[in-house]
Amino acid sequence: MIRTLPNTSGYKIGFNLFAGAYFLFLFAPLVMVCILAFNDSMFPALPWYGFTLDWFIGKGPGKVGLFYNPLNMNAILTSLKVAFGVSLLSTFVGTCAAFLFDQEEFRFKKLFYLLMIAPMVVPGVILGISTLSFVNSLGGLIERTIGIDLRILSPGLFLVMCGQSAFITTFVALVVIARLRKFDRTLEEAAYNLGATRFEVIWHITLKFLRPSIIGGAAVAFLLSFENFNTTLFLIGSKPTLPIALFAQIRDGGTPVVNAVSVLLMFGMSLVALGNLYLSRKNDGK
Amino acid sequence: MMNFRKRKIKWGFVFFFTPVFLWLSLLFVMPHLELLRLSFVGTDYYGKSGFTLGNYAAFFTEPAYWLTFARTATYSIVITLIVLMIALPMAFYITKVVGLRVRGLLNLMVIVPFWVSVLIRVYGWMIILRESGIINRVLIGLGIWKTPMEMLYNDVSLVIGLVHTNLLFMLVPIIGVMDSLDDSLIEAASNLGANKLMVWWKIILPHCMSGIMSGSIIVFMLITGSYITPSLMGGKNSQWFTQQIYNQFIIAFNWNQGAAFGLLLLAISSLIVWIALKVTRQKLGEVVK
Repeated sequence: MIRTLPNTSGYKIGFNLFAGAYFLFLFAPLVMVCILAFNDSMFPALPWYGFTLDWFIGKGPGKVGLFYNPLNMNAILTSLKVAFGVSLLSTFVGTCAAFLFDQEEFRFKKLFYLLMIAPMVVPGVILGISTLSFVNSLGGLIERTIGIDLRILSPGLFLVMCGQSAFITTFVALVVIARLRKFDRTLEEAAYNLGATRFEVIWHITLKFLRPSIIGGAAVAFLLSFENFNTTLFLIGSKPTLPIALFAQIRDGGTPVVNAVSVLLMFGMSLVALGNLYLSRKNDGK
Repeated sequence: MMNFRKRKIKWGFVFFFTPVFLWLSLLFVMPHLELLRLSFVGTDYYGKSGFTLGNYAAFFTEPAYWLTFARTATYSIVITLIVLMIALPMAFYITKVVGLRVRGLLNLMVIVPFWVSVLIRVYGWMIILRESGIINRVLIGLGIWKTPMEMLYNDVSLVIGLVHTNLLFMLVPIIGVMDSLDDSLIEAASNLGANKLMVWWKIILPHCMSGIMSGSIIVFMLITGSYITPSLMGGKNSQWFTQQIYNQFIIAFNWNQGAAFGLLLLAISSLIVWIALKVTRQKLGEVVK
């Protein structure tokens, strides 16, 4: 039954076959996307016409590669901007939340904690429409009372950042709280006894200790923001982020440029994830 | 000394509390209150808007709406169960069956595909399943089929897509609890003559219940709230409820109706999660860790 008990060979073979099928199921779509990015064909389909890099660096005519495709390049740039903004905002607020719930005592703390968890379990679509409704009403109210039409409150990148941060901050906060719980509070007390102020203690001791988890939280925020679709869908203005642009291309039956973007994305995501994994391993080892 | 520190802590509290309060109130609580308000607003024949229950009434009187809703809920439950059925043996395989050296590798291999965004994974399935896709090409090339068959845009492809995109969220919590199950319990039961089914039923499942519940809840929420997979892989006549919300907000521009739909989706997913928690006597605090 388990590795320490004697098992029939049929049991082992059966389980290995199951695992093989599982991984085939898991990897087949990804492998296909990657392979067809290098096929010398106008369509992302078999048959195989030979290896080419045209869908990355082709200048046209015929095959215009990803790097000369303004739609996708602009979308990548937009997504990078949004993801950068969201990670800054959500990392700052998330870290504050971690300190608040781990180190402070106040009334209704339990209630606030539940409220902080809630954005994680609300479907992304609903976060999108609620943010859209609220900001739209707010903009209308401001225009009627003060007479200023705040462009920033109409659908666009600012709104996308707000909507995404609403739930991404929770993820950052949970990552940082998990590490803060392991913090030895006597270190702080020692510093207080030596005459440090609260600010100095946090800056020199607690934040130093938290640094790996804050970096990790920021990386998580970046990835979540970069690939977010459901919330972004309702808040986007005229400049699409990469997932929105890709969705439209896939729905309308895109060219192998979509595969090329996917390969690039997989590469970038793996770099961030591996870097994050490496950092967390290194810090756990200490 | 004590007084001095107390005042300092108050300042710290203000510093930490303000951003968190702004975040939760401006980006979460008030938007949802506004959504709630909008869902009770309607416009009459004269263009005057006021309080109404009409948006909710429309949901119950129009079969297209509540059928989509019932379909989404039913499929979400069924797909969650399928994901569970696949994840349970896989978690067992990784934690208890394979050798310790292979384990680390499998752990990584299970996670890697999930670094890739849902959109790309769905695109991969489309390339494989569609009429001009890999399976059709290969089977026709081998002479098994004569004409290509459309395998995309039906309920089976929808289920494949949703199972694929959500497996990890079931697997990780179950691996977590299965890891903490002491092997000697299984050995003891086995030595005392329990068969495999008995060991699963009496030892493994009860021990893993908290992981199974948290996995199921996460997966269920993700499936009911999914948009990409149903729109790209599902049939044209069988919409997902999130698509109804999109249609009301972006295409019909009827925000009040869309707000009511959004809150109904929120209500049903919370309700089913609550029932699941009650049935298995778990607490939300333990599940959402």
